[in-house]
Amino acid sequence: MRIKTGIHLAMVLLTLGSSNISAAPNGEKLYKQHCAACHGTDGKGGVGVPIALPSFLDSVSDRYLHRTIRFGRPDRVMPAHQHMSDVQVDSIVKYVRKMSTARAPVYDQKPVTGDINNGKKLFAQYCASCHGANGEGGTGTGVTFSRPRNLPVIAPALNNAGFLAASSDAMIKRTLMNGRKGTPMNSFIKQGLKEDQINNIVSYVRSFSGHKAKVAQTGIVPGSLVYESSENMKDTLASLKKSIIGANFKVIRVQTFESGFVKKGKEDPKKIIVYFCNFNMLNRALAIDPRVGLFLPCRVTLIEKNGIVKLISINPTAMSGKFNNSELDKLCNEMKNLYEGILEEASL
Amino acid sequence: MNTRLIKLSGFILAVILSNIVVAQDVLMIRSSQSFPETMTTLQNSIIDHKYVVSRVQRVDIGLTKAGYKTDLYRIVFFGKHAEIKRITDKHPELVPYLPLKIAIFSEKDETILTALNPANFSKILDNPELNILYQRWANDVRSILDDVASVE
Repeated sequence: MRIKTGIHLAMVLLTLGSSNISAAPNGEKLYKQHCAACHGTDGKGGVGVPIALPSFLDSVSDRYLHRTIRFGRPDRVMPAHQHMSDVQVDSIVKYVRKMSTARAPVYDQKPVTGDINNGKKLFAQYCASCHGANGEGGTGTGVTFSRPRNLPVIAPALNNAGFLAASSDAMIKRTLMNGRKGTPMNSFIKQGLKEDQINNIVSYVRSFSGHKAKVAQTGIVPGSLVYESSENMKDTLASLKKSIIGANFKVIRVQTFESGFVKKGKEDPKKIIVYFCNFNMLNRALAIDPRVGLFLPCRVTLIEKNGIVKLISINPTAMSGKFNNSELDKLCNEMKNLYEGILEEASL
Repeated sequence: MNTRLIKLSGFILAVILSNIVVAQDVLMIRSSQSFPETMTTLQNSIIDHKYVVSRVQRVDIGLTKAGYKTDLYRIVFFGKHAEIKRITDKHPELVPYLPLKIAIFSEKDETILTALNPANFSKILDNPELNILYQRWANDVRSILDDVASVE
């Protein structure tokens, strides 16, 4: 009897599992699930680049799209989708293709041969103003907060390991030769460059392959910064406010941790939150990544237990790793130093 | 069915689901509704999931003056009082991450919502009892975001 029940259960579970494996993936559904939040429901862009742009789809191969989804762009917000099967990724590519009537080009994977040194000079002259001196790309993320709406795309990071793994030399060459209509990327042929000069630039861009994305932090990064105060709650709160102001922040609100959950007067006075902000830093943070609201506003919580007051905040460096954005990493390091300075001073 | 069989089936199910669900660090969805409508849907869904919205924080002061085209940006804090009180009493290092929150901001006529995945709080404090709670929070946050995304 037990064996029979076990077999039936196993059959049900295996059917459940196999139905996920064998069913043809729905590209539209997967796109909406994994891509639409950033690239827009219609692919016209947002936090992410506008992939529905005909001049983009006209110049990138299915292989490029597949590899871009698979590898993402390390340190540049776009995550790697390693958990999806090839069939699922292909179904998204197929769906994205429907956003334009342009036919998918197929590129030769052979490397383009050129003079890297000459390419470096030409890159500095023609490309660096948008793509950065070392191909690091433009700054910021999406149209919402990070840049004016008249710029449809941020110049991609050509030195990015994800970009280099996804693009073939032939694809880069075609983009240089034709440009991309609807973006600031103009045809280099129209700018007067010859094909061999374009080959030199392609070779130089390919030489960025040596660039490595930042190595993930090793060891455990504590999620919170915890300091113990030598004073009572009232004095620690006063010291905290003083050190916040001293660090060029504005105290925007002091409330109990339970505020909003229990009636006024019933809140636990031994858990206090102090919210503070530096509006210049806020604007900088939003320009780098609109998702930073997840650790805004700046906040320190005071908790008194057994007569000891602790000051606790997030550890911004533990947060930044979640966003795949190296610009945000820098800001979070800066934030961590500021938090530590405030906490240290307030707890003395 | 004996206990061993239940455990075995639980294990098989966990293996199957582990292929489907991946603990992304940041959850993000797009709503085709405008900001005010999405905000209403969000708060209703939070309440439907038996949470209390403790505060809606503006993060838009001075944004338009600073040149941004959009100034609709809010953080919605929510939680269950008894739950977060008990946890922060016992594990104060989790207090910066509580109450739970969802950032909501407009993008043209649509709205974007984003939240940290509570399942990954285990990286802050790994504890078998808490891990079950993190997973429930993660399921609830996903379900709330799904509710918002599914409204046409």
